[in-house]
Amino acid sequence: MQILDIRLKRVPMSELSIEERLKTFSEVALGYSEEQALAEASRCLQCENPLCIEMCPLHIDIKNFIKLIRKGAYEEANEKIREKNCLPSICGRVCPQEKLCVMGCKNTIGDPINIGALERFIADWNLEKGIKIPDIPKFTGKSVAIVGSGPAGLSVATELAKMGHHIVIFEALHEAGGVLIYGIPEFRLPKKIVRQEIEYIKKIGVEIKTNIIIGKTLTIDDLFDEGFDAIFLGTGAGLPKLLGIPGENLCGVYSLNEFLIRINLMNAYTFPYKSKTPIKVRGKVAVLGARGMDAARCALRLGAEEVSIFYQRKIVGRVDDIRRGIEEGVKLQSLIKPIRLIGNEKRWVEQVELIRLKQVVNSRTGKPKLIPEESSRIFYNAETVIIATEHIPNTIAATNTSRNIRISNKQKTIIVDPETLEASNGIFAGGDVVSGAATVIKAIEAGKRAATSINNYLMNKH
Amino acid sequence: MENEIIFKKEIAPGVKTIKVRAPLIAKKTKSGQFVILRVSEDGERIPLTLIDWDPKEGTITLVFKEVGASTRELGRLEVGDVIHDLVGPLGKPSEIALYGKVCIVGRGVAIAAAYERAKKLKEVGNNITTIISARTSKFLIYKEEFEKLSDSFYIVTDDGSEGIKGYAGDVLKKLLESNERFDLVYAVGAATLMKNISDITRPYKIKTIVSLNSLMIDGTGMCGCCRVTIDGKPKFVCIDGPDFDAHLVDFEEFKARIHMYDEEEKAALKIMREI
Repeated sequence: MQILDIRLKRVPMSELSIEERLKTFSEVALGYSEEQALAEASRCLQCENPLCIEMCPLHIDIKNFIKLIRKGAYEEANEKIREKNCLPSICGRVCPQEKLCVMGCKNTIGDPINIGALERFIADWNLEKGIKIPDIPKFTGKSVAIVGSGPAGLSVATELAKMGHHIVIFEALHEAGGVLIYGIPEFRLPKKIVRQEIEYIKKIGVEIKTNIIIGKTLTIDDLFDEGFDAIFLGTGAGLPKLLGIPGENLCGVYSLNEFLIRINLMNAYTFPYKSKTPIKVRGKVAVLGARGMDAARCALRLGAEEVSIFYQRKIVGRVDDIRRGIEEGVKLQSLIKPIRLIGNEKRWVEQVELIRLKQVVNSRTGKPKLIPEESSRIFYNAETVIIATEHIPNTIAATNTSRNIRISNKQKTIIVDPETLEASNGIFAGGDVVSGAATVIKAIEAGKRAATSINNYLMNKH
Repeated sequence: MENEIIFKKEIAPGVKTIKVRAPLIAKKTKSGQFVILRVSEDGERIPLTLIDWDPKEGTITLVFKEVGASTRELGRLEVGDVIHDLVGPLGKPSEIALYGKVCIVGRGVAIAAAYERAKKLKEVGNNITTIISARTSKFLIYKEEFEKLSDSFYIVTDDGSEGIKGYAGDVLKKLLESNERFDLVYAVGAATLMKNISDITRPYKIKTIVSLNSLMIDGTGMCGCCRVTIDGKPKFVCIDGPDFDAHLVDFEEFKARIHMYDEEEKAALKIMREI
């Protein structure tokens, strides 16, 4: 009976206690021990046609890396994963596996396998031990400039460096990693992990130049003049979109990006003793928008009295992280939208006025739609407000050039050839800058596709 | 070495000028732009106006006043030291054109920024009237430079220790009342000064530009910390500015937002003094 039980239930991952979480920014999910990883790997049915692989945007050979774990062949398991994914310790932590590989797991007699936890175990184990540098083919004589060091840029850089091209990544901020550094909090993705993955990428020959804004410090034209043969734009979706409601510029109102950048990139949670960048979290906190779970959890750790996320339809995030946020005390309120922010005489925010929404069926299209219920206005007393709506791409690099790069009017995304990801002759783009804000793994996937077509372009040129 | 300080001088009490090796920035800078720098690993990202740049020499010149912990930390760096992070040039360049008669108003440490604009506006043939002001005589900077450049030149101090006693706005007001006319007024300094100048020129419908010194982090439009309301619409100082039509700026909001972290600023300074 007990044996059957083990086969049925997922091996739980240890987590920090809720009390500890609220005191620190340390990682909440502690990862599998070797014993736990072996136990979880043993639950895999090793299906004939593994749907998990199909469901993974990178098509990682999940079946075989799990098989290698069972054999204790952790280095080989790592190689197996890295064949397809250049950032496994990151994906193991931040991928919404429940919507991807795990959704494909056909372990019909029990819980699906915790594939993310196994990927993380292998990646961490190997990063800690030091990963063998793969053999790099002879230098092809071609150089590629990559704009942005987020997941898309790191992915395309890794793939192209492995093909023997010379790669330079240009990063606008003072630290490489893009959204992995400025966007995702330490308690979900420790910076040490991101830095280790980036160190590995540097070891395979990729050069990273920080504090250079393409479109300002240098332009795309300058890069071609300097002798780069091709350019990849992986500039992400980093511009906040405000709600356009009254009171958004009151003091105490943050865009999601500002709040997260202060905390993640600038370490404002160590202010004033270590970091010199302040952050202000006072009283009750209203997070406005479905993308606010990370910010809400940060606010709780910074001493908020209460944190509520108000959103319309569906909260954005991984199921484990939403669960953890709720455990920590984040309150969720759906079917509601903000109308205005109300401030005091000193122009500090004091209140949010919201209106409840109800779902009705559009009589013309038959589709459900949300309409405000005029009689249900709510006033929430908030001294800190975070606007957590979607982000749009930054077009600095793509517009300050003589090259013709097409940008969509509404979403501000770069328009590319869907096959080759080419935006203009010799200029390629991928990740959020093309798709609009999406997931890390989708950006890695786009980077890989771009690498293939950049390689074709380079090898057929001249 | 890049980001190395090659020259440093205290030009007024607590006001320092530094020349930094930054060839890429020097090559691209235009009038009115700025850089963002971090003095150390845990430092704040602070925006500073580019006062001068030499593409041949590959250097930029910055002038700053030691007010908070970060500017004090910057002030401690000596010739030969390297600034941890330096990025730029940021912001939209100022509109340097032939307007005709231009009045430049600068106060305190921002007199340096006023001088940079004045120089460029003079180069294209404008007639320059300058009003520089400070709390007291010892904080007046770029006096000789302005004296040489200006067609008319006024010095104003709050306490009357040098030049006219009073405020820059008083001088501008008098000039306008005595039928002096300007095609452009360019004001840079504290929020109160810029608002004051803006209020004075409004009834005369004189085009007035101010350079807003909002709080910033990334400087590329990512965080929105620097947002201001211009003509009822939200704008980001880092990418849409720093120059704006003064008559369209919501100064009350701007003033409130730049003081958002005053308490924290004090706390950081206190800790710095203790160490």
